[in-house]
Amino acid sequence: MVSPLDRVSPGARAEFREAAPPAPRDPPHVVIIGGGGTGAAVAHDLVLRGLRVTLVERGEVTSGTTGRHHGLLHSGARYAMTDRASAIECIGENKILRRIAPGSFEENDGLFVALTDEDADLERQFLEGCWQCAVPTRRIDRAHALRLEPGLNPDLRLAVQVPDATMDAMRLPLRFFATARRNGAEILTFTEVTAVTTAGRSVRGVAVRDHAAGRDYEIGADIVINAAGPWAGKVAALAGVTVPVAPTAGVMVAVRGRHCNMVVNRLHAPGDGDIALPQRGMTVLGTSSWPVNDPDDPDVPADHVENVVRETSNLLPALRGAEIRASWSATRPLIGKNGTQSGRGMAREFRCFDHALDDSPTEGFVTIAGGKATTLRAMAEITANVVCGKLGIDRPCETSDVTLLPHAAWYAR
Amino acid sequence: MSESTLPPIQPAETAPKPVGPPEPVGPPEPVGPPETAGTPETAAPPEQVGPTVHLRISRLRAGDRKPHFEEFEFTPEPGATVLDLLLEIRRNRDPSLVMRHSCMHASCGTCGVRINGREALACDTKVAGVTAPTVDVEPLVNQRPVADLATDMVDFYARFEAVGFPLVRSAETVGGAEPPEGVKAYTRFENCIECGLCLSACPISRTDRSYLGPAALAAAARVADEPRGQPLGPIFAIAAEPDSVWRCRDAMQCTAVCPSAVDPARALLGLRRRVAFGRVRSLLGRGRQ
Ligand SMILES: Cc1cc2nc3c(=O)[nH]c(=O)nc-3n(C[C@H](O)[C@H](O)[C@H](O)COP(=O)(O)OP(=O)(O)OC[C@H]3O[C@@H](n4cnc5c(N)ncnc54)[C@H](O)[C@@H]3O)c2cc1C
Ligand code: SF4
Ligand code: FES
Repeated sequence: MVSPLDRVSPGARAEFREAAPPAPRDPPHVVIIGGGGTGAAVAHDLVLRGLRVTLVERGEVTSGTTGRHHGLLHSGARYAMTDRASAIECIGENKILRRIAPGSFEENDGLFVALTDEDADLERQFLEGCWQCAVPTRRIDRAHALRLEPGLNPDLRLAVQVPDATMDAMRLPLRFFATARRNGAEILTFTEVTAVTTAGRSVRGVAVRDHAAGRDYEIGADIVINAAGPWAGKVAALAGVTVPVAPTAGVMVAVRGRHCNMVVNRLHAPGDGDIALPQRGMTVLGTSSWPVNDPDDPDVPADHVENVVRETSNLLPALRGAEIRASWSATRPLIGKNGTQSGRGMAREFRCFDHALDDSPTEGFVTIAGGKATTLRAMAEITANVVCGKLGIDRPCETSDVTLLPHAAWYAR
Repeated sequence: MSESTLPPIQPAETAPKPVGPPEPVGPPEPVGPPETAGTPETAAPPEQVGPTVHLRISRLRAGDRKPHFEEFEFTPEPGATVLDLLLEIRRNRDPSLVMRHSCMHASCGTCGVRINGREALACDTKVAGVTAPTVDVEPLVNQRPVADLATDMVDFYARFEAVGFPLVRSAETVGGAEPPEGVKAYTRFENCIECGLCLSACPISRTDRSYLGPAALAAAARVADEPRGQPLGPIFAIAAEPDSVWRCRDAMQCTAVCPSAVDPARALLGLRRRVAFGRVRSLLGRGRQ
């Protein structure tokens, strides 16, 4: 008799395209450092372009910043008034991700809610910013907003509906990992890069420690990509280069109960405690912002937790008495000017550095940093463009059109 | 993770009780239920440093024949979770500690362990809520060990695959809200975070590795309740197999340890009723459904 374990429901396997057989017989080998969303997407892109890919992550995949983020698939509206480039990037990627990762988002949209006269005065600027960045909006009056979201502060002035959505911070990247591995990428977890090996000013590979086996070894590479998120500065230092990444921490709070249906944002310039979104049986509130030197597990300052709850409960009053299930912090890999400037004022954009172009050049080492979880695919695209350019490989990016395997395929044998 | 680096799979336990802790050691300490934070005797008042905690962690390297305990001493901050302490060890005391974690808020399901013999999420267990003087942290059972506290979830997901991995479903709306224009109906993520605590705690799964287990059957029950276009025939066929709902003996351990309000035991019971009902109907010659 067939065991139920052997039976696969046809719906379980999403349609996806296998990588075209690699053109060169002996494709160049690329090592990616960092198994967050960015590393996952870079691995996926590069195997589709025919390269041999090995990704090393010191812990479980998504155990850095990626797994801990707020879980917001940005529409870009949050940045429409302050950071247009990011807003444009977000709405573009928002649409692509919904297409290539169907079933990975809650269909709930978002509201930007004006609570005060001051907020309401921003309406025009906000709508214009969204319009210029092609972020779709729908203006909603107070009564309508309360029908959509009965838990909102009844004193609200107006609201604007945008295509935000709730995502699962881990399971979306798992789809990139699963698809990359199915297409031939090797993903090594619990494997920490301890050194970048060089010959002269050229990077030749990495030295790693496999924590699970308690074993040290080296991996040779034609190109090494630093996708270590907020740790990018530390990893760059291993190769003797500097990158202007400013690790910037933020506090998140999860309370019991779904207190809203949609992603609820405050309509004002991005600040602390201005987003609440439903996730499973909880509502997740965030966030704050402060510069840190060490991205590893920053503190969870009690006053930040209080402030996040206080601010978000101005939007959704029921949050005030809600039981806190967890509070934690995560570190953003923001691009700063030489790592000094930090925080909200900094652009959420991403940048890819080919260190062969540094003042003191290092060949074979590329860093991708900045960005957001929402822009993981776009970050991978520019990185793969840089890497393919360096290797003389002329293959276009295909990731906007490849449907990803379901997240559980990551755990398939 | 290549197959060859994995230690052999843990043999199924023969007794439906928490596995004896590895090496140097006596019986498992009793635990208060992991979630009851703030037990009066041990919980520290806010802003004060709590009592010293002895954390004993099960260590295992690929190739080791047996795990052993290693002890760490802490004076945790009030409100610290077991995961906070594990991260502190990895960061400042022993970077080689192998464990799984991601979301820090009971959402991803990767940090499941046994704390004093009881399945729990490390990120969802306040140290102050564990009443025993030592806190033993061990990996889940019924799963292939990787190293230290990490287990390989392949077998767990293989069970899930049979029911097609439901991830999003229709959402109950808060306060009877109407969905906004452009959104047909609200959807939400499933409650089940695929943590495998229930499978580790299930006494039947410990003796019978082919039993489909609580999480997968609860997912099957969810699909049966809300098919969303998925055909129900295969779901009922899976449920009717001998390794399926009829193996459950109502130990209720799955529901007791589930951190995400899935209530697998009740879901299983419902599925069993539907399968039984289907059988009666087919005996009466009306075919299933
Ligand atoms: C509080 C907060 C909330 C956020 N909310 C959102 C949101 O709602 N929506 C959104 O789109 N974005 C959000 N972001 C931003 C987003 O989380 C990050 O931009 C994104 O996750 C970064 O991914 P990454 O892969 O670049 O970095 P990471 O996920 O940090 O990955 C880097 C990886 O490198 C590994 N690593 C480091 N050193 C080594 C080494 N020596 N060897 C091997 N591996 C190593 C780390 O373990 C880590 O896993 C938020 C960020 C923060 C801080
Ligand atoms: S049913 Fe509960 S215990 Fe079992 S895997 Fe799902 S969330 Fe975890
Ligand atoms: S870290 Fe995600 S459930 Fe504990």
